[in-house]
Amino acid sequence: MPSAAAPRRSAFSSPSHPCPSPSLSIYFAKMLFFSYFKELVGKEVTVELKNDLAIRGTLHSVDQYLNIKLENIRVVDQDKYPHMLSVRNCFIRGSVVRYVQLPPDGVDIDILHDATRREARGG
Amino acid sequence: MRGRRSVSGRKGWAAMSWAGPEDIFLSTSLASYLDKKLLVLLRDGRKLLGVLRSFDQFANVVLEGACERVIVGDLYCDIPLGLYVIRGENVVLIGELDLEREKLPAHMICVSVAEIRRAQKAERDATDLKGSMRKRMEFLDLD
Repeated sequence: MPSAAAPRRSAFSSPSHPCPSPSLSIYFAKMLFFSYFKELVGKEVTVELKNDLAIRGTLHSVDQYLNIKLENIRVVDQDKYPHMLSVRNCFIRGSVVRYVQLPPDGVDIDILHDATRREARGG
Repeated sequence: MRGRRSVSGRKGWAAMSWAGPEDIFLSTSLASYLDKKLLVLLRDGRKLLGVLRSFDQFANVVLEGACERVIVGDLYCDIPLGLYVIRGENVVLIGELDLEREKLPAHMICVSVAEIRRAQKAERDATDLKGSMRKRMEFLDLD
């Protein structure tokens, strides 16, 4: 295992963000994607919403509801959404997200697999 | 912070709005948007503009001086609404308006409330007509 991967492991095994570690395994399942998205902060992502609006931007932050804050956004089909022209940063409610499209090199599949197996086993 | 767990009950710990002052720059709290002019997109497609005065962990929002920006094709109109409380479940997106950038493309025309309502009705009628025609075609089962 390359040494560069070692520090990244800690984000999945125990959240560094100040929140309580849930005792029930069902809550751990929610924390996995929260931890995963925290790793992606600073990367360019495209968020597709349930109303078909697609927004590209830099991931600024994420919270436990998977609400997303994007910076320097660019709407994918700008002409269809003229009202979004002067919006630079935005907050997206987690409940309206359909997809989050990631850069191909933004995902370390092995770490994700390990974390998922650990969650499936019950932490 | 751990004491809050009992207050929030089933949902667990509400991380969003109770971040400390240093977390404002890093977290997904709406605190950084307070007292700023925002664009709020709602689930029903409406676009509200206003100054954020209050929020909570459900993204319930208080907008002061709210107006609805109705856009039909190249026509637009800002309809003043006043003080609005928006239930969080209806919120799709909250955007921070950059006042230096052009708010709308230059070719768009500002019209009166009456005219934009007429344009909205015309657009709705056209969509309904398209929908009903499609239904009639589907009945023919042309596959």
